[in-house]
Amino acid sequence: MSAAAAPIGLFDCRDAYVRTVEALAADDDRIVAVVNDSVGSSKLGAFQKRFPNRLVNVGIAEQNMVSVGAGLANGGKIPFVSGAACFLTARAMEQIKVDCAYSEANVKLCGISSGVAYGELGATHHSIEDVAWLRAIDKMTIIVPSDPWETAEAIKAAAAHDGPMFVRISRMPVPELPRTDPVFRIGRGEVLHDGSDIAIIANGTTVHHALAAAKTLATEGIAARVINMATVAPLDEALVAAAAATGAIVTVEEGLSKGGLGGAVAEYCAAHAPVRMRILGFPGFAPTGSAAWLMEHFGLTAPGIATAARELLGTVKA
Amino acid sequence: MSKSQGSIAPAAHGETQRDRTLRVAHVRERANWMRRRLLGMILAAGQGHPGGDLSATDVVATLYFDVLRIDPTQPDAPDRDRFVMSKGHCTGALYSALAGAGFFPEADLDTYLKPESKLNGHPNRTYLAGVETNTGPLGHGFPVAVGIAIAGQIDDADYRVYALTGDGELQEGSMWEAAMLAGHRKLGKLTVIVDRNRLQQGARTEETNSLEPLADKWRAFGWDVVELDGHDHAALIDAFDAATAPRDKPRVIIANTFKGHGVSYMRDQAGWHHGVPSADQYALAIGELEAEMQS
Repeated sequence: MSAAAAPIGLFDCRDAYVRTVEALAADDDRIVAVVNDSVGSSKLGAFQKRFPNRLVNVGIAEQNMVSVGAGLANGGKIPFVSGAACFLTARAMEQIKVDCAYSEANVKLCGISSGVAYGELGATHHSIEDVAWLRAIDKMTIIVPSDPWETAEAIKAAAAHDGPMFVRISRMPVPELPRTDPVFRIGRGEVLHDGSDIAIIANGTTVHHALAAAKTLATEGIAARVINMATVAPLDEALVAAAAATGAIVTVEEGLSKGGLGGAVAEYCAAHAPVRMRILGFPGFAPTGSAAWLMEHFGLTAPGIATAARELLGTVKA
Repeated sequence: MSKSQGSIAPAAHGETQRDRTLRVAHVRERANWMRRRLLGMILAAGQGHPGGDLSATDVVATLYFDVLRIDPTQPDAPDRDRFVMSKGHCTGALYSALAGAGFFPEADLDTYLKPESKLNGHPNRTYLAGVETNTGPLGHGFPVAVGIAIAGQIDDADYRVYALTGDGELQEGSMWEAAMLAGHRKLGKLTVIVDRNRLQQGARTEETNSLEPLADKWRAFGWDVVELDGHDHAALIDAFDAATAPRDKPRVIIANTFKGHGVSYMRDQAGWHHGVPSADQYALAIGELEAEMQS
């Protein structure tokens, strides 16, 4: 994949990721980067140039990369382990479980080019299952930032947090989100647009689509609350409970429609706050096609989200 | 940092023959104690992996009672030597060594596998001080040890890193990913010991997925190779002494061992990979081990 610059007004969150890791590393020599021949795709070339001794390239070996990350943490380092999300998670699942989570190692797993960013490369390179897989592992904190600001904040929070973490970073161009109260905290979602008819809970690259959908719905007299739920685990249960009080929840994620953000919200609601729900995501292996086409085709952009909200509200009212 | 409890002065040029004899005798006595203690632990628990424990005991005893610079009162000291039990099912060897070295009271060994015991069926660092990383599934501990050694290399730290792997464990691909990286990065403070007992759970390694020529494989990955009798305490002490000399390659010690070593009816028997002796078998084993110490 070529590394074309993002269109004007849109940003590649990898830039925020590497800028932040580099700034943190300048202040804290415990910060190291671990890559699997992915200096280019992780955009860590400048980091490598500035801190050549603190970039560990294990080659094409994801299992070893994650275990080495755990070992670096044992040696007092704060490793940011970066690789294509599809390989980092799938190939090293037991290493993530045993060496990072079960061992409570202070490892930051950064899944780059997550979701369907590698759309045309096909389902082998799509990373739509990652959140569902990692959510099944105890002690894993999972963050899916939505824009450059939140990516930078998530990385700062990851460095300050003692414990294993997965940060899911897209390469799909996204706009900066409007924020009135920009404070990032692990485990806290934020209401970006208030409304009482229905709640749309989104994260990552889908949040700006959710906001656009809410604007469309507003013109039709539907007041939709839009919640950015960057942290999937631990879930902001208070915010979900409040969302359920609207009577209807639509979740949206650039991932599988089972086991991810929607699954997390549904599990909570089933136990504590039963509510009508629609979970938007990919139903299974996605076909080839650009990321933008895939998102639209599977109803994960504004028109699809608005349609799902209307349909759900119709069901509720009927 | 002081050495582990009960150990003696580090090797030094000019060491007297008497000092050296004392070191060997000390390790021998501790290994014998570990064998008796781990068999008792397994008997009480009704489960365990005595075969692999007993093949590894002499290596582990040498490390804990002669080599490792560790302090049970400061188990997380940044400059401690690290030992990773990559073959995580061999808790008998690890737990008896940790108890003997003072990381927890010896009586706790009798809680092994009991509900909520910190002596889990596989080592858990959050339960038990002195465990560096959780192991159990094969192919994990050694790559983590490589990561620890890289951290030390970045810091130019003084600590050394040791990992004990099974030989069957080398059938896991992650082991060779780690071996390749350690060779590439010239991790001179890393020493790996292969417990070469030639038996895996079901059958002989060479009949399952053969490892030979094992030494050549390590050499091809950029490692120094030492082969020795893994039950010869003097040879182990020599090899670990030599491993402390500055070098620009990681070192592997291929320790030729026997599964179940020290107990006649368990020795070299795949059937004792996991198993529990009967009361009579236990008494026979203890009798043999006590006799061995008298000889």
